[in-house]
Amino acid sequence: MDVTPKVIEIIAREQHLDPDAITLDSTFQELGIDSLDGVNILFALEEEFKIDIPDSVAQNMRGVRQVVDSLTRVLEGGDISDLVAMAKSDAQAVTTN
Amino acid sequence: MRRVVVTGLGVIAATGKDPNTFFTNLVQGRSGIRRISQFDPSALSVQIAAEVPDYCPADHFPNKRLDLLDRFTEFGLVAARQAVAASGLEVPEEQQPRFGVVMGSGMGGAQTYEVGYCSLFAKGATRVHPFTIPKSMHNAAASQICMEFGAQGPSLATSTACSSSGHAIGTAFQYIKFNLADVMLAGGSESPITFGIMRFWESVRVMATGNGDASRACRPFSGDREGLVLGEGAAVLVLEELEHARQRGATICAELAGYGLSSDAGHITQPTIDGPTRAIRMALNEGGLSPEDVDYINAHGTGTRLNDATETQVIKNAFGDHARKVAISSTKSMHGHAMGATAALEAAGTVLAVQNGVVPPTANYTVPDPECDLDYVPNQAREIPIRAAISNSFAFGGLNAVLLFRRFE
Repeated sequence: MDVTPKVIEIIAREQHLDPDAITLDSTFQELGIDSLDGVNILFALEEEFKIDIPDSVAQNMRGVRQVVDSLTRVLEGGDISDLVAMAKSDAQAVTTN
Repeated sequence: MRRVVVTGLGVIAATGKDPNTFFTNLVQGRSGIRRISQFDPSALSVQIAAEVPDYCPADHFPNKRLDLLDRFTEFGLVAARQAVAASGLEVPEEQQPRFGVVMGSGMGGAQTYEVGYCSLFAKGATRVHPFTIPKSMHNAAASQICMEFGAQGPSLATSTACSSSGHAIGTAFQYIKFNLADVMLAGGSESPITFGIMRFWESVRVMATGNGDASRACRPFSGDREGLVLGEGAAVLVLEELEHARQRGATICAELAGYGLSSDAGHITQPTIDGPTRAIRMALNEGGLSPEDVDYINAHGTGTRLNDATETQVIKNAFGDHARKVAISSTKSMHGHAMGATAALEAAGTVLAVQNGVVPPTANYTVPDPECDLDYVPNQAREIPIRAAISNSFAFGGLNAVLLFRRFE
């Protein structure tokens, strides 16, 4: 299942934006989505798809494509430990910078 | 010594959504108390409140902004915008560190809490909306006002039940007086008309039901009074150091000349006579006035048996012989008891009374009470020159705040 249209719809709804202005390549920064907005979008996605998105994965989402990819992985119910690990190393990279 | 003046007012309340309408309705004795409209109150034994009429958030805020605002913050912002516009205040960036905000609220984002708890406990949700905390925190109104107007100076939120916004205005007054700031927005906001909070208040057994006549439900100092009526809204005052106001040619509504505060350290709900008396004396002392200089007392006057009799004793204690000459009124008879916003609504009403030389009445006064035997300006407004006036706030918890306003000439 391609979740892209639903993700764009939810981001547009929560940010009060025109969905046509959002593409798979849009970054949160381009869309004016700050950290609190991001948490709000994750909440909406969790409610929509009846899933839990781990905090460590959530922290790595900085654009529409990352949201779609992570969400797809979580929905497929597969192992997401590499996503978690990637998010953690990314966070470490940020903190050590 | 630095003097502090009021240069602008903003009000949103059951009796009016701007200062002029608010004061005109108070002077005409018009009550804003009606059957609750925000939800169906049929299951409650108290079904009335003083709600802001015909309030539409979208008239004031874009959707994106509203997502982050509890109703109490919306009211605070609406009142702050009015106050700033009325004062003509524009604070340049370099002066913003000398510009602050103090806002009182007894219950903060009560509606947001209620929605969150309802989804958790009643609907079985496992998570709640992530804006629950930033919307409901007690300082949400103060912080949103700071953000909107670029107020970067001393700022905080006060929460002392029914005295919250009296303490907010008093604290802001001190910041200017003691040279921590030059301009302050100060007041309070509250939105307590929810099913849960109405139930909580019912259980205290101090609420008037109105017996079918909501507008006459709140009858402070009247022998047949039956209790308080919850209200909502906000009021904000622009407070300014006198020379700062003069230099920019601001219109001065009144001087805030004194602030008294005290703690009963007695009982969690029953007021003492000594605590409030000391707060009144402290305010008069700071303003360098004697009791005879005060022409109007805006009473706490909740309409409960205990408050009104005790407050009468307090006034006798603090004012001596002058207690029988001074005009006293409780405007809660009309705008209700707006909890953390009420002292700010009453401060705004007191400023307008001083400025216009008109004492708004105690509405719905019907029969004398031997325990309340002073001049409560029953039902009819009175035109008198007001040299100085005090506004009393005596809260549950015994934390008292008294503001002293003086006519500016």
